[in-house]
Amino acid sequence: MRKAITGHKAVAEAMRQVEPDVVAVYPITPQSEIAEYYADYVHNGLVRTELIPVESEHSAMSACIGAAAAGGRVMTATSSQGLALMVEVLYIAAGLRLPIVMALANRSLSAPINIHCDHSDAYLCRDSGAVQIFTESAQEAYDYTLMAQRIAEDMRVRLPVIVNLDGFTLTHTVQPVDLLEDEVAKKFIGEFKPVHPLLDVDHPVTWGPFAMPDYYFELKRAQQAGMEAVPEVFLEVQREFSRVSGRNYAGFFEAYKAEDAEYVIVVLGSTAGTAKVAVDEMRARGIKAGLLKPWLWRPFPAWEIAEALKNAKAVAVLDRAFSFGTMGALFEDVASALYPLEKRPVLVNYIYGLGGRDTTVPDLVRVFEELPKIEKAEWALRYIGLRE
Amino acid sequence: MPSIKVLAEREEKRVRFTGGHTLCAGCAEPMVVRTVLNAIEDPVVVASPTGCLEVASSRFPATAWNVPWVHVAFENAAAVISGVEAAYKALKKRGLIDRRIRFVVFGGDGGTYDIGLQALSGALERGHDFLYVCLNNEAYMNTGVQRSSATPKCAAATTAPVGEVIPGKPQERKDLTEIVAAHGIPYVAQAAVSHLIDLANKVERAMKYEGPKFINVLTTCPLGWRTPRDSAIQQAKLAVETRYWPLYEVIEGRYKINYKPKERVPIEEWLKTQGRFRHLFRDPRGKELIAQIQAEVDRRWESLLRKEQCFGQEG
Repeated sequence: MRKAITGHKAVAEAMRQVEPDVVAVYPITPQSEIAEYYADYVHNGLVRTELIPVESEHSAMSACIGAAAAGGRVMTATSSQGLALMVEVLYIAAGLRLPIVMALANRSLSAPINIHCDHSDAYLCRDSGAVQIFTESAQEAYDYTLMAQRIAEDMRVRLPVIVNLDGFTLTHTVQPVDLLEDEVAKKFIGEFKPVHPLLDVDHPVTWGPFAMPDYYFELKRAQQAGMEAVPEVFLEVQREFSRVSGRNYAGFFEAYKAEDAEYVIVVLGSTAGTAKVAVDEMRARGIKAGLLKPWLWRPFPAWEIAEALKNAKAVAVLDRAFSFGTMGALFEDVASALYPLEKRPVLVNYIYGLGGRDTTVPDLVRVFEELPKIEKAEWALRYIGLRE
Repeated sequence: MPSIKVLAEREEKRVRFTGGHTLCAGCAEPMVVRTVLNAIEDPVVVASPTGCLEVASSRFPATAWNVPWVHVAFENAAAVISGVEAAYKALKKRGLIDRRIRFVVFGGDGGTYDIGLQALSGALERGHDFLYVCLNNEAYMNTGVQRSSATPKCAAATTAPVGEVIPGKPQERKDLTEIVAAHGIPYVAQAAVSHLIDLANKVERAMKYEGPKFINVLTTCPLGWRTPRDSAIQQAKLAVETRYWPLYEVIEGRYKINYKPKERVPIEEWLKTQGRFRHLFRDPRGKELIAQIQAEVDRRWESLLRKEQCFGQEG
């Protein structure tokens, strides 16, 4: 059924359909509405979830870990500083192989304090061991929240999954969203199968032991194996979701007019929508422009991205956060991916949209106009929409 | 109320915390852990923050725990147990569990008084059904006897050393039991490892209540207190006799002092047996500092007596 709703409502509806055993959540702008919608569901008896209105994001993730280790299905959501506070325990959720799904309403990190969108929060937990998915629209945020549950809970993976949606741009704007019928969504999600739950008191297990140099390395290697299993599971889950939803998800990224493109923008999240308009405008001028929008960012599908970009003349990678002291994180991912190729496109890095700075179609048209003029790959940042 | 015989029988029947852990010789923690777990008949799930007990009981691939046990980090045991308890309620609602399971946290004073206080306060306010036991050994013993807010005034700690200018920890210890009582939870108590039957009785009484329960147990650390390895019980007993560590309960807001020492034993008697206070008996300023410590012990004891008078169980 199609509804005109915000990205937040779309995520909250997906959570309602998942109906986790426990939701532990702390409000923060711009994520608060997810917490509010969910509290509303609980207080009106629409779900049987135990809601834990925790006193901080650190406790939100800690309670999620306890609930997941106990044998429950759990979800949470946060933004920005909230993620920064919980990041210590996010690493532990991954290390304990707990399938916790979390919506991240992307917002800049302080200082200066700013409530608007960029990707510095997602980048902060890049190496946490959580799977990270980026979405372009409220529809994608809804769809991937459901798919994330299946990916997280797959026995080959068993890791936390973060579904990123751009703060305000997606969270607070009303868009048409096709929701699955509750029964269809619930059937797609399936029953949760806990592994060695704490609440199985007849089979006591020790969760979160301490490992010395004799075992730590092997345990972390096993965690990496879970991450390495994600791409295969991701494609399987997309196929099944496409079948039940009638929508078409296939691959780690959306390639928009990229097949024969000479000039390509690579960008995460909602700016991909703007980039599509810029691509169309360039195509109308006879310039072979294209877009590559990764859905899956961690693990990074390097080989497939290299394949998709290998025939381009020049590629602009857009990062919505600094990785201070080096190039943007997405740029470095793409640069690494292209390295094995014998003939590589010219690669440049743009930083854009920090703290909610608007990125417009003319901004991205200018990027496409600049690309043919750049003769060789650069190891220097360029900026979009910055006063200098 | 559980007798020594009952506790011993339970210990023989089902060892919940086994030997083979690596806690120090003379450490009081295992006695407290066993007594608490044996005082509870129902199945339990235990959580611990990072600390002595956690490190010494869970070195992979071994474990000293014969009950489900979880450790996540240093500051969040109360939040972790909140999640475990919420999952229990959810699974019970769905008919997936029908037994009664109890939830217990064992945390040190670092994970309870200091870095974990926010998570503890949150869990108490939300009313989760669990028992939090603080194994209070009055410093960060696991990492090498650094000061905590439970460390008594003037005690030597590695981050509050006895120097030429500052003789040990300058500040008074935090009164966490009263802070917890201010949350208005059903059951709060102070206990000591020297009074194990009192502790077992307190656990049993506590578990009759739905909601958060908290017991602050003075748990001697011979290493950190610099006392002989066979002195843990004596040390805690003297702390009770000097009124430094009163045994009392706050049940549904009503105060009850469980033991009132007949004679007033000066605090000096307790201080002089511990290496961490040795400087007080060598330094010329020592006399004055001991007098200050005594005054604070007296003040807190008086305050407790008044609370019992005003908000006693009969009153």
